[in-house]
This record gives sequence, structure tokens and C-alpha cells, in this order.
Amino acid sequence: MSQQFNYDIAHLIGATVLMAGFGLLYQRRVFAVLNTFAFQALALAAAAAWQAHIQDAPHLYFTAAIALLFKALAVPFALHWLVERLGIHRTVETALSIGWTMIVGVALVALSIMLVLPVTAAASALTRESLALAMSVVLLGMLMMITRRNAVTQVVGFMALENGLILAAVSAKGMPLVVEISIAFSVLVAMTLFGIFFFRIRERFDSLDVAYLESYRGDRS
Amino acid sequence: MTLNAVIAAGQGNPLLWILAIPLAAAGFLAVLPSWRLASWLNIAVSGATFVTSLSLFVHRPPDSRLLFIDDFNIYLVALTTFVGFTTAIFSAGYISRESASARLSDLHLRFYHSMYQAFLFTMLLALTANNTGVMWVAVEAATLTTVLMVSLYRTREAIEAAWKYFILCSVGIGLALFGTTLVYLAAQPVMGDGADAMAWTLLITRAAEFHPDLLNLAFVFLLVGYGTKVGLAPLHAWLPDAHAEGPTPISAVLSGLLLNVALYALLRFKMLIAANPETLAPGPLMIMMGLSSLFLSGFMLYRRGDIKRLFAYSSIEHMGLITFAFGMGGPLANFAGLLHMTMHSLTKSGIFFAVGAITQNAGTKRLADIRGLTVSHPILGWGFAIAVLAIAGLPPMGVFMSEFLVVSSTFARQPLLAIPLILALLVAFAALITRLQAMLFGAPPPSPRQAHGNVTALGTVLAYGPLWLHVILVVIAGLWLPEPLVRWFETVAKLLG
Repeated sequence: MSQQFNYDIAHLIGATVLMAGFGLLYQRRVFAVLNTFAFQALALAAAAAWQAHIQDAPHLYFTAAIALLFKALAVPFALHWLVERLGIHRTVETALSIGWTMIVGVALVALSIMLVLPVTAAASALTRESLALAMSVVLLGMLMMITRRNAVTQVVGFMALENGLILAAVSAKGMPLVVEISIAFSVLVAMTLFGIFFFRIRERFDSLDVAYLESYRGDRS
Repeated sequence: MTLNAVIAAGQGNPLLWILAIPLAAAGFLAVLPSWRLASWLNIAVSGATFVTSLSLFVHRPPDSRLLFIDDFNIYLVALTTFVGFTTAIFSAGYISRESASARLSDLHLRFYHSMYQAFLFTMLLALTANNTGVMWVAVEAATLTTVLMVSLYRTREAIEAAWKYFILCSVGIGLALFGTTLVYLAAQPVMGDGADAMAWTLLITRAAEFHPDLLNLAFVFLLVGYGTKVGLAPLHAWLPDAHAEGPTPISAVLSGLLLNVALYALLRFKMLIAANPETLAPGPLMIMMGLSSLFLSGFMLYRRGDIKRLFAYSSIEHMGLITFAFGMGGPLANFAGLLHMTMHSLTKSGIFFAVGAITQNAGTKRLADIRGLTVSHPILGWGFAIAVLAIAGLPPMGVFMSEFLVVSSTFARQPLLAIPLILALLVAFAALITRLQAMLFGAPPPSPRQAHGNVTALGTVLAYGPLWLHVILVVIAGLWLPEPLVRWFETVAKLLG
């Protein structure tokens, strides 16, 4: 296989992750958000596996496996169960309308391409474009965290952001510790889910809506 | 066999022991059922870590691929283990009084002691790691352990504070990882694939050949990412809540140690930027964030009703000042920044030791209900008074000296910047002095609650010993600094550019 073909496939998968990132922004139902996220994680697993293949770096297969088993299967199932068990609102509560969110998202992707491509002129084509894609995914994840109120959708936003980070890490040729980093993130995410369940955030706050946290700024003088 | 090999390697290298002791203790304390024993063991283990870290001054181990010690992190390691040790002493008294009021179950206490050691381990790993990736993982783990401890009381406020802390800092460290990846990409063409392109000791030698634009982009992500953990405005929202709602020993180590570790991570990267002549100067960005933190917290200090929140804002102020100093750069300002990191750490954890005792005595965190401390608890009240005067920046304490150096170096280089700096410092100073006066003097509240009936001599030492030890150290540092410390600070100040 030619090198060009390898790059093209890598970009195709990277772009799929990005498209899923946009997909997350326009869902109106929590379960649809979870399905879209599972799809994004699946695409990330494919990206990691493909990088493992073309870089001849077998440890990246572990990263791919973590993405597949933990993020694409376990986390969406756990969140699905949590939403049902805790009786969380099934609709997505937005702080910014979906139309505007999409426009801001497009602007963010343009920003990251304009920022990354000139800066990485010296790097290989593979790294350059994957990095631009990864940075877009990171920024879209942040956008989702900012514009969605529900705590479950915020957690999904955080995991989408993290998908972008892992995409950047697997695309950086020969970067060590990628497996350790993805494990560290998985622990973080697992703790969050644990937290939602065991602290029964819904019971205590009546809603997972993070806007309720705003009422507490702590000055009870 | 491998275990023997590890032990053999460890005998020659105190660094491994510094990490192994807290890690092993975290595991052991998790299964130890008695919390009384656990709190004593916590002191013993933290003390052992501190003593081991002192051996670094005698014999500095050679750098390895995983861990290293240089002039910069050696004093931070010693400071971290020292404050970890004194906080463990304070914590023993705090926990026994707390469990008398039945706010915490035995299981929670077991968990607390285990997490305390795990937290010390992650901070020490972050400080000594010779790898940008390992350092990142350690900072992430430190976030995780502190989130768990902030939510220890399981009240609505504590869980809210923990959740806010968790979400904000997770995003922060996520962005820091992106910055770390970018630094790797900048280094990889020069250093080759693999761990070499992430090792501090190797990176710094060839940083001049790295791609400057990539480093610039990376630094923005690192500043925002690690800056969130430092508590720089406008990314500080988690800090007051996390400090106010967790157990007070945790507030002490959060303010005194964790903020320093996050700043250390940022400064390491700044060294790389400084070693590359073609990068943009990171100074203006840091100066801006530092000044905004100073102003924001200075004014926020006035309207606090909660004593722990008051000093949390004071931490934001001092972190802002330190960031400002490093942003100014140059040997003198960097020296002042390093000194201020040390002084703030000692003073602020001392203040939280006092605050812990005050809130337990008064049974409240409300500032309005805390009066007449010098009358009701003279040992505590006067120690607290000296510590607060120190943090406000009065001579002859150490904090005054470092603040004076920051201000005078700013006057020498950028006189216009000195005006807002002094203004912000005065605003914060006035706020703290007003508050202090109300707390120290006046009639004590009619019936001071006696939460712990008979006060033994040992109990008094546990409660007030760490506070006075920190106060005395800060006063001594204001009058006289040890020669080796000054030399390290000077070396590091040069490297920081």
C-alpha cells in the first residue's frame, strides 16, 4: 500500500470522528447523544487501530481496545442505565440554540485549521491534518460542555473533548505513554459516572441541571 | 527477583523511597480499620518521607529516564514533604475532634487517610518526573484524589464544590495534555521518536532547535490548562468552593502544595520556551492573568462571609502575584517568584491550620460569628494574627520580602505596571487587616462551644504546634535566608529566563 493511501484512510477516520463531534451538537434527546457518542468512540478506536497499523506501533492497539470496550460500549451503557435509573430528563437542555451552536462549531473548526496548518508547516502531512482534526474535536467538545446544561450531556462533552486528545496523541508519531494516558482518562471518566450515581446528584440537587450549582456561590453571610 | 532488583535500586536512590513510602502507605491505610492508629501512622509516614527527602540535600541521585532532581524541584520536594508532614500532625488533632462531633464515619476516615498519602504521592511524582507525560498523569491523579477528599462530608455544598472542581479541572488538564502533545510534536523532529522527546533533562538541552510556532501554540494550551489548576482568574471558579467545603487539612495542602505543583508544571514548560530564542515572549500573557487574579481576588476579599473562602481568595491573589513575577521575568523577579512560592505555601497552610481550630472551636465558618480570638484562645489567636499579618505582606515576615522584591523589580523594568500591582496589593492588604481586627479583638461570643471537653497537653501541641512552627519559619525567612537556598533560587531564576 502506498503512503498516500495510508494518509487518506487516516484522514477519513479522523474526519469521521469530527463529524460525530458535530453530530453530538444537534441531538435533542439524551439517548441520541449517547448513541452518537458511542459512534464517535468507535471511530476513535478505528483511528487508533489504523495508526497502530501504519506506524507499526502495537501498543496503540491497546488504546484502540480501551476506546472500543470502555468508551464505545461500557460508558454509553452505564450512562443509559443511569439516565433511566435516576429518571433524568430525556431531552437536552440547551443554553445556546442548536443553530447557533452549529455556526460556532463551524467557526471553531475553521479556527483550528487556520491555527494549526501554518504552524506545523515543517511536520509531516499526516501529523498536520490529524492535529487540525483533533484540535477541532477538542474545541467542539468544549463547546458542547458550555452550551449544554444537563450534567450527563456535559460529561459526554468532556469525553468528546478527551476523544480529540487521544486522537492527537495517537497521531503524534511515536509518542510514548499514550496507553497510560488513555487509562488515566478512563479512570477519570469512571469516577465521574461513579460520582453521579453514588452521590445521587439528582436526588440532592433535584436535577442534574448544572445551573442549580450556580445558585450556590457560597456566600451565606 | 524483580522485587529484589527494585529494592537494590532503591537503596541507592532516595527518590524512589520518597515515592514508594507514600504509595505503600496509601495502600496500607486503606485496609487499616482503626482511624486513631491511622492518624498516627499518617504522621509517622509523612515524617519518614520528609526525612528521606532531606537526604537529597546531602546526596543528589543521578537523573534517570523516569525521575530527576535539579535545583528547581529539590526545594519544592522538600517543601511538599515538610508541609505534608506538618499537615498530617494538624490533621490528627483535627480528625479526632471531628470524629467526636460524629460528622465522619470510620469508613470515611479510613478513606481520608489513604487518599491523603495517595495525594502526597501524586504531587511528589509530578515534581520529580523526568517526563512530560508522567507529570501530566500525576497532576491528573492529584486532581482525582483531591476531588474525593473535597466531597468527604457528603453535604450538598461539598458535593457541588467537588463537582465544579472536577468538571473545571478535568477540562483544564485535558487542555494541558493537548499542550503536552504539541510540545512532543515540536521536539520529535529534533529528538527522534519515543521517550527522549518527553524527557525534561534532554528537552532543555536542545529546545533552541524546536519549531517555535508549535511551542507558542503549546504554551497557550498549557497556560490555560495548568493555569486552571493554579487558580488564575478567570479560571479560578473552582478554587474557593473546593477550599471552603473540604476538610480543613485538605484546604491547607490544596493551597500550600497543589497550586505550587501546577505552577511548577507551567514553569517547566516556560523554561523550554525561554530556551528557544524565536518563540514569542510568554511574559505578557502571564502578567495579564496574574494582574487580573490580583485585582479580582483583592476586591472579592471584602465581601466574604466565610472564613475559609476568605483565605481561598487570598490564595488566588498570591498565585496571581507569583505568576505576575514570573511573567516579568529576569533574575530578580524570578527569584522573588520562587521565594514567594515558598513563603506563601508555608504561611497559607499555617493559616489554614489556625482556621481549622477556629472553626471547630466556634462551630461555624461565618466570619461574623468569630470574634475575640485573642481573649478566648490566646495561643491560637496570636499565632493566627502573625500568620495573617504575614500573608497581608507586613515586615519583617518572609512574604513581605518577596513582595517587596516583586514590586521593586517591576519598578525597575516596567514602572507603569507597578502602579496597578501596588494598587491591587493595597486593596487586598486593607481587606485582610479589617477582617483580622474583627476576628481578634472585641468580646468573644457569649458561649464558646466546647466541642472537646478536656484539652490535654498533647492535644494542644497537635493543634497549635504546626501553626507556630510555620509562623516561626516565615519570620526567620524574613530576616535570614540560608545560603544554599539563595544559590538554588539564583540558578533556577536564570533558567526561567
